Amino acid sequence: MADVKPRIRVPSEAKKGEVIEVKTLISHPMESGQRKDSKGQLIPRKIINKMSVTYNGKTVFEAKLEPAISANPYISFYMKATESGEMAFAWTDDDGSVYKATQQIKVA
Amino acid sequence: MTRTSKFLITAASLAMAAGLAACNNDPPKSASAADSNDVIAQYKANPKYADFINGDKISGYVFASPETQAMQDDEFENPGMLAVQDGEAEWNKVEGAAGKSCASCHGDAAKSMKGVAVTYPKYEPKMGKLAALEHRINLCRTEYMKAPALKWDSKPLLGLDAYVEYQSRGMPINVKIDGPAAPFFEKGKEFYYTRRGQMDIACAQCHEQNAGKNLGVENVSQGQSNGYPTYRLKWQSFGSLHRRFQGCNQEVRAQPYPRGSDEYTNLELYVAWRGNGLKSEAPSVRR
Repeated sequence: MADVKPRIRVPSEAKKGEVIEVKTLISHPMESGQRKDSKGQLIPRKIINKMSVTYNGKTVFEAKLEPAISANPYISFYMKATESGEMAFAWTDDDGSVYKATQQIKVA
Repeated sequence: MTRTSKFLITAASLAMAAGLAACNNDPPKSASAADSNDVIAQYKANPKYADFINGDKISGYVFASPETQAMQDDEFENPGMLAVQDGEAEWNKVEGAAGKSCASCHGDAAKSMKGVAVTYPKYEPKMGKLAALEHRINLCRTEYMKAPALKWDSKPLLGLDAYVEYQSRGMPINVKIDGPAAPFFEKGKEFYYTRRGQMDIACAQCHEQNAGKNLGVENVSQGQSNGYPTYRLKWQSFGSLHRRFQGCNQEVRAQPYPRGSDEYTNLELYVAWRGNGLKSEAPSVRR
């Protein structure tokens, strides 16, 4: 789906050991698979079923998403900034596509 | 427990709650006019809402739950900003036979569109009637870009609408109702006070006479339009004011008018005028 856009907000600089808030939002319809269209046909399920975040290659956050989660899922979490490096975000869709985003953090 | 006994108990407790000796068909009068005035007075006294209240005019933000308010406050968390993002891309996209984009004529929207949205709907001489911002965008497309008009509430039109509205965020609503707009304003006002649908209810009965009272789990707002277009949690999507009008009309079991119709555009002017002076919050988040 071309119009799925991830948005992330992570402080670009942090002190060593500081706890930072990571915010993410992704545009996605999160079709539950339980709704019917105007003809009474079931609309096939299409949700983001997994989200994972790595920090310099190490997984720091992982979430399994379910059909009851509303459209445009917003997920935020806290983590401790230990070293400079790259955070990589990945959302996995039911159809197998993976939406990705990355963000650099400078830890002083 | 049988259905009958349950009913009797409910009826009895309602009668007690309302302080009635006998049960009749009237609904229990638990929320009196005084109650709703108290709620409104509390909102007005709350310094947190100073930006969202102008005199007797109260934005829908105030009636929303703290969670919904928090979603709107944080521009990152606000899903309406996704529409603004879409709109920015649309603004710069060349379309149509004339080979132009919005930016070709209007340049940087942050400068050219600042304060524009708060003056809509407005009389448009080329159309000979009132134009909502969506109409005006489509007029630009057909007239100057030679591109097809966009469908109301389609993603690109909502995006453009949101993007243009966003440039006026925080500015007071300032629609004109005199001059050529006057007859359309009168029609909108008439719509607002006309009872309609199987429930025989006019806009004014909820949003003017009963604002601040509870309707089911809802705290009825004044029906101000300063937050539109809005991300509505019920829709799980971004939508126009006319879509909201349709929802209201359906709730009173009336046949809704099409989005972009003259009826709704006139009503949009009247509703906007009721909120003149309130700060524009688009893209807002509403329940």
